[in-house]
Amino acid sequence: MEKSKEWPLWEVFIRSKQGLNHKHVGSLRASDATMAIKNARDVYTRRSEGISIWVVPSNNITASDPNNEDSLFEPAQSKVYRHPTFYDVPDGISHM
Amino acid sequence: MMEIDIKELEKNFQKKIDKDIRIEPNDWMPDAYRKTLIRQISQHAHSEVVGMLPEGNWITRAPNLRRKAVLLAKVQDEAGHGLYLYSAAETLGADREQTIDDLHSGKAKYSSIFNYPTLSWADMGAIGWLVDGAAIMNQVPLCRCSYGPYARAMVRVCKEESFHQRQGFEIMTKLAAGTQAQKEMAQDAFNRFWWPALMMFGPSDADSSHTEQSMNWKIKRHTNDELRQMFVDATVPQAELIGLTIPDKDLKWNEAKDGYDYGAINWDEFWQVVGGNGPCNKERVDARRKAKDDGKWVVEAAMAFAQKRSAKKSA
Repeated sequence: MEKSKEWPLWEVFIRSKQGLNHKHVGSLRASDATMAIKNARDVYTRRSEGISIWVVPSNNITASDPNNEDSLFEPAQSKVYRHPTFYDVPDGISHM
Repeated sequence: MMEIDIKELEKNFQKKIDKDIRIEPNDWMPDAYRKTLIRQISQHAHSEVVGMLPEGNWITRAPNLRRKAVLLAKVQDEAGHGLYLYSAAETLGADREQTIDDLHSGKAKYSSIFNYPTLSWADMGAIGWLVDGAAIMNQVPLCRCSYGPYARAMVRVCKEESFHQRQGFEIMTKLAAGTQAQKEMAQDAFNRFWWPALMMFGPSDADSSHTEQSMNWKIKRHTNDELRQMFVDATVPQAELIGLTIPDKDLKWNEAKDGYDYGAINWDEFWQVVGGNGPCNKERVDARRKAKDDGKWVVEAAMAFAQKRSAKKSA
């Protein structure tokens, strides 16, 4: 089969219940968004795993480069003062 | 890339593996790691999909509506498992259609167990209980596989697979407690599937070419023989409980190793079936090829429809 005829790849996100965010569960192939939703229902929610589905064409996702992991995320490591555990709280103080 | 860089990358890669840090699709990985995973995951996917055929054979002849609904649900699960796995293979850069065409050309393998015929309804029990049981033994450790997408697919598969084994054991339990004819049917299915189920774990450790490297990469967590032993030890008491006899005169409890000793596996048969000479190899691959050929117009029509609609929208 020629490349252009192949169904595109979609990433699937499922909200398991009201109050929770959609979470990436996997991917699948479908000819369009409507079919992607239907296939996602059949593939990823056969056991009440979700009440809402998002599908996104995989080629529309821009990802950070794992090779830049250090420069992207290291600055957060060195700023320990952003966490409450950085601060001393005197004994006898509660609820802070 | 300079050779020194690759050495460095390989060292860092192994360090991550040793620290149990999962490898994700865009991370650097050695070519051989990628190739091994593509081979293993696509074989696994093919097994799920080809595995639908022997059971599909009995859907229209299930003895009652409950059994039919259960079998349909199980076979549908297998299709889903195939899809999770093909997707996982795609994250490694494998071309989906090429992967499937490799199955159809005979280049890619699938589990040899599915090349045995399903001759009676009791085979549905034997397959669920033994074949899915053996698959679970294999798949539970794969939930901790070093490659993230494969491990995550396995978590989903294992969750779903435990119903498969139970429904099979239920069928066997019912038959084994039934009339003389039903009992004989259960024993006959057990006799035919016991040895092929043991072969599902692959060649013994001494003859397994991929085991050592796969264990270093934490793709595999146990050797073939370890998993086979775990399966025998788990299954023998289950067979005894429902009154079926293990078709192995050499089977006996070994106090010292706290497990069963079992008879010699017929590896000639195994290699014959792997090599394409099992009872149903041709039938299985033909059925898959026919499904793709006959469904091609649907795939193309759906794509043409989607393109036409999106052209209309943007006009």
